[in-house]
Amino acid sequence: MQLTNRSKVVSNKEMSFKEKLYIPAILSGMGVTFKHMFKKSVSLRYPEVTRQFSPVYRGMHVLKRDAEGRENCTACGLCAVSCPAEAITMDAAERKKGEEHLYREEKYAAKYEINMLRCIFCGLCEEACPKDAIYLTDRIVESNYKRNSFVFGKDVLVEKIEDRIDITKRKKSYKID
Amino acid sequence: MFLLIFKIALIVILFLISLGVAAYATYGERKVAAFMQDRIGPDRAGPFGLLQPIADGVKMFMKEEIIPNVSDKLLFILGPCIFMITALMTSAVIPWGTAMEFDGVKYGLQVADINIGILYVFGVVSLGVYGIMIGGWASNNKFALLGAVRASSQMISYELAMGMSLIAIIMMSGSLSLNDIVAQQKGLNWNIWYQPLGFIIFLICAFAECNRTPFDLPECETELVGGYHTEYSSMKLGLYLFAEYINMFVSGAIISCLYFGGYNFPGLEYLSTVLNPNLVSIISFGALFTKAIFFVFFFMWIRWTIPRFRYDQLMKLGWQILLPLSILNVLLTGGGLTLFSK
Repeated sequence: MQLTNRSKVVSNKEMSFKEKLYIPAILSGMGVTFKHMFKKSVSLRYPEVTRQFSPVYRGMHVLKRDAEGRENCTACGLCAVSCPAEAITMDAAERKKGEEHLYREEKYAAKYEINMLRCIFCGLCEEACPKDAIYLTDRIVESNYKRNSFVFGKDVLVEKIEDRIDITKRKKSYKID
Repeated sequence: MFLLIFKIALIVILFLISLGVAAYATYGERKVAAFMQDRIGPDRAGPFGLLQPIADGVKMFMKEEIIPNVSDKLLFILGPCIFMITALMTSAVIPWGTAMEFDGVKYGLQVADINIGILYVFGVVSLGVYGIMIGGWASNNKFALLGAVRASSQMISYELAMGMSLIAIIMMSGSLSLNDIVAQQKGLNWNIWYQPLGFIIFLICAFAECNRTPFDLPECETELVGGYHTEYSSMKLGLYLFAEYINMFVSGAIISCLYFGGYNFPGLEYLSTVLNPNLVSIISFGALFTKAIFFVFFFMWIRWTIPRFRYDQLMKLGWQILLPLSILNVLLTGGGLTLFSK
């Protein structure tokens, strides 16, 4: 059964004199490489220029706040359970009186850590989250010399009130409300 | 006395030019490779990465110097030295330009105008194989030894065809002196028009002599780790790599001298009547330099176009094709000379 028309019949025919000379073949090969010298390079000068990411790019996580600036996360642990790489750990705590402006519901994550060396950026935590709290963004986890610095805590993950991170594109990509 | 000073200055300048060209050939090699593969190449150190050779040099010097315990220490150090010295020595007989003139006395732009110049080149190039052989042997490593054995047998095999193709040139010029050979190719009266077959044979052999792709079997990374320089590190490795580029530059200059008129270019005669002889000398040097640099580029161009030969193919090409062809070329030249002798 023939699947494609790209297959070529192998033949052991004697090479013609022209082929035996090799020089015409070498010259045409040199022509190919010379043409490539003037083609546009496909490389990007990375730190100065970044390649455009797709709208559904799965990069560094963000822990979202709601419209009033309260953390969405209730430390239910579904993300940690769904994580195939077991990268997420958290400690839950009860919201005290006077903290209503900080946390949306009565329970919150006192500690929330993602080990970026374990994370495989699959996005399952985001799918598991019932509170719209965790999202993957188009930010890149920066390289570092020390392994410990790859355990990201709440100080890095929770978005700043004054510096919100837009995840609408990511939201659109898989959630149909 | 002034002659001595002139020659010493020339030697120092040629030494610096050879090293400079070799340094920037490493940069050029990476850039050419990058362009041919639609990449950018080194561009971090300085504008367009122009300081890259300096960074590489510093890196080479800073690396730990390892001499294997089981190696023959004297020979291990001697290997890269010999290779480097022979690479630098070859350029001594190349006529780099027309004669300079100071106080009405002419000084040839050539370190040593010996009447067997081209024979000298062959002698020194043959010595170069000792650098590889000794280095590979002293490393006491199977890969290094295999690379060294390959290098020596390859260089010896291809020297034959190279010498035979050269005989045709010597028959035409009637002299072994490179100075005479170049002086006879005035304007565009280059040897390449009379010796196209000889040129192709010589070029292929030059590739083999310089251990460049498609004949880089002595150091093929895919088979022999690093070939003869597997055990070398730090600047001793640097010397081997450097000498390879100097060899490329010098063989480019020799090919230009033998087949492409050396420092000659159309209009040189006219220029020498109107301009200061020293200026003409520098311009003619520029012409030869451009030709040599073109050949360095050509070496790189071939490297990024053609894959490596298999060893039996290499030997077959050398002994069964190039050698008979070069003998045929000698016969044809002899016939041509008797028919059309001036």
